[in-house]
Amino acid sequence: MNIHEYQAKELYRKYGIPVPQGIPCMSPAEATAAAKKLIDETGNEVVVVKAQIHAGGRGKAGGVKVVKGVDAATAAANDIFGKTLITHQTGPEGKLVQRLLVEQGLAIKSELYLALVVDRESRRIAIMASTEGGMDIEEVAASTPEKIHTIAIDPAVGLQGYQVRQLAFGLGLSKQEQKNFSKLLGGLAKLFEKEDCSIAEINPLILTEDEQVIALDAKVNFDSNAEFRHKAFWDSVRDLSEEAPTETEAKEAGLSFIQLDGNIGCLVNGAGLAMSTMDTIKYYGGEPANFLDVGGGASQEAVTRAFRIILESDAVQGIFVNIFGGIMRCDTIANGVVAATKELGLTVPLVVRLEGTKVEEGRKILDGSGLAITSAATMADGAKKIVELAKG
Amino acid sequence: MSILVDKNTRLVVQGMTGSVGRFHTEQMLAYGTKVVAGCTPGKGGQSLMDVPIYDTMRDVVKQTGANASCIFVPPPFAADAILEAVDAEVPLIVCITEGIPVMDMIKVRRVLDSQDKARLIGPNCPGVITPDQCKIGIMPGHVHKAGRIGVVSKSGTLTYEAVGQLTALGIGQSTAVGIGGDPINGTDFIDVLKLFNDDPTTEGVILIGEIGGNAEEQAAAWIKEHFKKPAAGFIAGRTAPPGKRMGHAGAIISGGKGTADAKIEALENAGVKVAPTPSDMGTTLQSLL
Repeated sequence: MNIHEYQAKELYRKYGIPVPQGIPCMSPAEATAAAKKLIDETGNEVVVVKAQIHAGGRGKAGGVKVVKGVDAATAAANDIFGKTLITHQTGPEGKLVQRLLVEQGLAIKSELYLALVVDRESRRIAIMASTEGGMDIEEVAASTPEKIHTIAIDPAVGLQGYQVRQLAFGLGLSKQEQKNFSKLLGGLAKLFEKEDCSIAEINPLILTEDEQVIALDAKVNFDSNAEFRHKAFWDSVRDLSEEAPTETEAKEAGLSFIQLDGNIGCLVNGAGLAMSTMDTIKYYGGEPANFLDVGGGASQEAVTRAFRIILESDAVQGIFVNIFGGIMRCDTIANGVVAATKELGLTVPLVVRLEGTKVEEGRKILDGSGLAITSAATMADGAKKIVELAKG
Repeated sequence: MSILVDKNTRLVVQGMTGSVGRFHTEQMLAYGTKVVAGCTPGKGGQSLMDVPIYDTMRDVVKQTGANASCIFVPPPFAADAILEAVDAEVPLIVCITEGIPVMDMIKVRRVLDSQDKARLIGPNCPGVITPDQCKIGIMPGHVHKAGRIGVVSKSGTLTYEAVGQLTALGIGQSTAVGIGGDPINGTDFIDVLKLFNDDPTTEGVILIGEIGGNAEEQAAAWIKEHFKKPAAGFIAGRTAPPGKRMGHAGAIISGGKGTADAKIEALENAGVKVAPTPSDMGTTLQSLL
């Protein structure tokens, strides 16, 4: 799960990680007031107006503006607010800016990079630090990997002093900067573990002339599996307007759903099979409209809902149901499909492939429904048929 | 012969009294698995389907000599259940539970790596089956057939798919192992491939991977160096968009890494024949025999 920069910074403050003074704003008018307040309090005319969207690359897309004075801040806010930003992470449709963060301007001496991630290889939380702040870290990793310093935290003993020193010396920090960096990193490691993060990234982490170390940007992603530990807090910071409505609806029904660009709707059980179904459709020249894993324990209601989500999309010109029942019973799927089509009507071709637990019962239900269903013997057979039928 | 489980396996089910645990215990019993105990704290002394229930895993091992565990405990308590089984020195622990926080698995894995008595399969996996001998997990038993091909997979339903295709071709399986789709798990491809390599009755394997991480690349490097038997493969997620988690917590392409194409290339370089579509897994393996 993703949160906004300003929310991540509020969390950083809670863990003693220095961030610039700033005020989140829900309108350009609020931004004007925020700029005035910051300038009054800091005595510094320079403020930064930042678009708050769930995607990186905002600066390049014109979503971050450093300005001087209240009037310029107002102009910047008016310019950014309500704009659709297209960055390398938003997709071609972009993201609408509905929130802003106005921050005090800071005199930057140099920019660093710092990130904590779950490292699958070491099976630990890994810390990556680099002097190449403000850059795309993937480019740094590809072109100058020696500039990225990495350590892994042993969960039995936690982050150790020598590890922090390794990073600090690698970054060439002064004695005072080391001290500040150590405190910041300790806080970030604690935050990462306690808040169940999957990523905590600061790019750039800045050094100031007076040897402070400050998180100029802040990105935090949470591990969705840990929602049960943080339900109330996560609900309070979740921005539904940043998520595709169908994906949210699917999640509520316990389904795993991702919208894609094609015209063939897929309803599958199991993540691997769902991915493979997409792959197979593409292999035979079609384009999947979605990824949908109904999971193992889905009820008939959940299946009905899944089918409804697919049918509601105007782009869908055919549906492929591909089930290999393990825990999932074929009769449950069949009942769900029949219930949904009776309710919503079936205006596009439907190909069904059933295999596994209770397959005979499932086929019987579909056959007896009177629906125009094309049955398929295998996944490949089904994919071929639906690609053909969806052409019209 | 087989790997990991056989007719002598004595199984305890942790979380047997919950609805999922109960249903699958019934299925495992029907398949012929020797379920010798259940473990549910607070229900010790009771029994379910004639299987005695104990409060702690230490009791289970002491009283019944269980040498394998199957875990159906919900995510908030699953890590604790795994660690209890490790503490009781159960040699094989199979965790079916989906949705365990990665922070919990980091700790569990640290404990697993510091001992050599217990092995964890999963979490978020279908389990392990040696056809006609022992089924631990949630896979549909009837699609399997005893034989000489090993199957190892990150994905549950794709394992069924591969097994179903093999059986339809008249090719039986020695053991099928689902290692799960989480970013941090207990047993990886290489661990299982080593066992298949050393098992004289396994004559070939199917390896099924998916996007995310680099376990498939590591397996490919190991296969190139050490694996002596024919191997077919399949990688799911060739058409998955980057940055999106495809159901499994581990199935995500990030920073240009973990793509299906890179994994397919690595496997092919190691001499693994990769099936062009998931419907060809069985025939691809057959072509190698």
